[in-house]
Amino acid sequence: MKSTAVKQALSSLALRVEECDYAARGYHLNVTIPPEQVVAAAEILDRENFFLEAVTGVDWLGEQEALAKEAAKAAAAAKKAAAEAAKKAAESGEPPPEQPVAPAATPAEPVEDSFEVVYDFNHYPQLCRVVIRTRVPRHTPQLPTISQVYPGANWHERETHDFFGIVFEGHPDLSPFLLPEDADFHPLRKDYQP
Amino acid sequence: MRPLAADPAHETFILNVGPQHPATHGALRVKLTMDGEYIVEAEPVLGYIHRMHEKMGENRSYPQFMPNTGRLDYLSALCYNHGYAGVVERAAGIEVPERAEYIRVVTVELNRISSHLLWLGAFVLDLGGFTPLLYVMDDREQILDLLESVTGSRLTYCYFRFGGVYNDIDDDFIVGARNFVKRMREKLPMYHNLVSKNIILRQRLEGIGVISPEMCRKYGATGPVARGSGIAYDVRKQEPYSVYSELNFDIPVYEQGDSMARYLVRLDEIEQSLRIVEQGLDKMPEGPVMAAKVPKAVKPPKGDYYFAAEAARGAFGVRLVSDGTTTPYRLKLRSPSFSNVSLFGEAARGLLLADALALFGSLDLVIPEIDR
Repeated sequence: MKSTAVKQALSSLALRVEECDYAARGYHLNVTIPPEQVVAAAEILDRENFFLEAVTGVDWLGEQEALAKEAAKAAAAAKKAAAEAAKKAAESGEPPPEQPVAPAATPAEPVEDSFEVVYDFNHYPQLCRVVIRTRVPRHTPQLPTISQVYPGANWHERETHDFFGIVFEGHPDLSPFLLPEDADFHPLRKDYQP
Repeated sequence: MRPLAADPAHETFILNVGPQHPATHGALRVKLTMDGEYIVEAEPVLGYIHRMHEKMGENRSYPQFMPNTGRLDYLSALCYNHGYAGVVERAAGIEVPERAEYIRVVTVELNRISSHLLWLGAFVLDLGGFTPLLYVMDDREQILDLLESVTGSRLTYCYFRFGGVYNDIDDDFIVGARNFVKRMREKLPMYHNLVSKNIILRQRLEGIGVISPEMCRKYGATGPVARGSGIAYDVRKQEPYSVYSELNFDIPVYEQGDSMARYLVRLDEIEQSLRIVEQGLDKMPEGPVMAAKVPKAVKPPKGDYYFAAEAARGAFGVRLVSDGTTTPYRLKLRSPSFSNVSLFGEAARGLLLADALALFGSLDLVIPEIDR
């Protein structure tokens, strides 16, 4: 099976590799890597004769806030449950259960939202869709280009730069591509105001 | 002083083709660096028909985006309907009744034939042959009439719905489609006699604009461009969606990689599509054409989904990122011609200008789909 071989080859540089349910998701392998490893990953897939279908981005603006809210909600729910358990225990005359030590309330360090860069790879003879994902911070969205490995990535990366303002370092030409030649905006950013 | 200018024999100049040029079939511009009649560097300049469909997707509900898909590649709009319906059905877990799947396949293949026919006419017109255009318009008209009777439109179809199709086909359509298959089978040898065997055409296409399989892979080319270079890749065969796995058809592949190979792939594909239409009509089961329970407001669960469909020009892929609401969070449209035309710069290097235009035509570009 192709995906097993690729999984092994990629596992050394990946943060996370998961095999997906193809019928539900539409791809076989979901690989998360740090941004500085994209060239190495592309080289591995190139050796395995994969072709590049597309490169694109996703703006996760507001994700950290939503995560923090969710965490706070979960913490509140846990606290409530503990209080209720203590109350119940007091009513039944049992010694109150040991209070879980609440984690020291450190003021949550604001984590910055990120752009996700998604690379779709596929294989001509054997069906094996590999999705490579990486995250770059929103204020310095930079990662290396893979256009020296896959010349086809040149245009995809240029388009991603147009739409999101993600900078692919070492790319030969990141001037506006689909947008007007004097465009200085990035329309697929979630905070874009026309 | 630049080294090139030092030697007048190597002096180059810039030639601009388009954006308004009959050979570019839409508004595409190519910046050519020429050494006399020969191309040193070719750089396509895109964006003249850019409409930002992907942003529109983030601003409307799932069903509201369906008409947009027909405006990407207006020559094979139903293939694009299929790709988008497919990704939302996969994400939301909507089952499509069998009859609807067969109707989808039959209409998509008719649409593919009409797209290939128009390409044939326009391509030969680029090379200076006017007559085939008139013949293909006649044949294509039959398909447009058929599709108009079920979909309600002639070009930018919006016929598919999540969970089925908008309208059932009637007996007139079935009879009309069968008649068309018969008519087209009789016409195909005529096209081969008139066009494929034409010595002028052959000399303009054979051995010209060769694209190697390795170049296809490096640029991500799919569809007839890859199949003309010996790569037997077709989404309908490799990851069969809809009911393609139950139908019997071949994937035409030519090894040469020249413009003629791409030409022959498309002509053979017309025959294969006719086979699919015929079988689809034979096997068409009775039953509903819409799933019984499709929610009015489609809300796919949070997550990231991908679906690919074989359009007339190659693999059309849709990546959908859902945040669980009635609007897509992100909708990436991977259009085949975007990748196919990206190899033009490399493939055209060293060609005569006239041959480069033949290569250009053989890529079968539809600009609104590249620019999106």
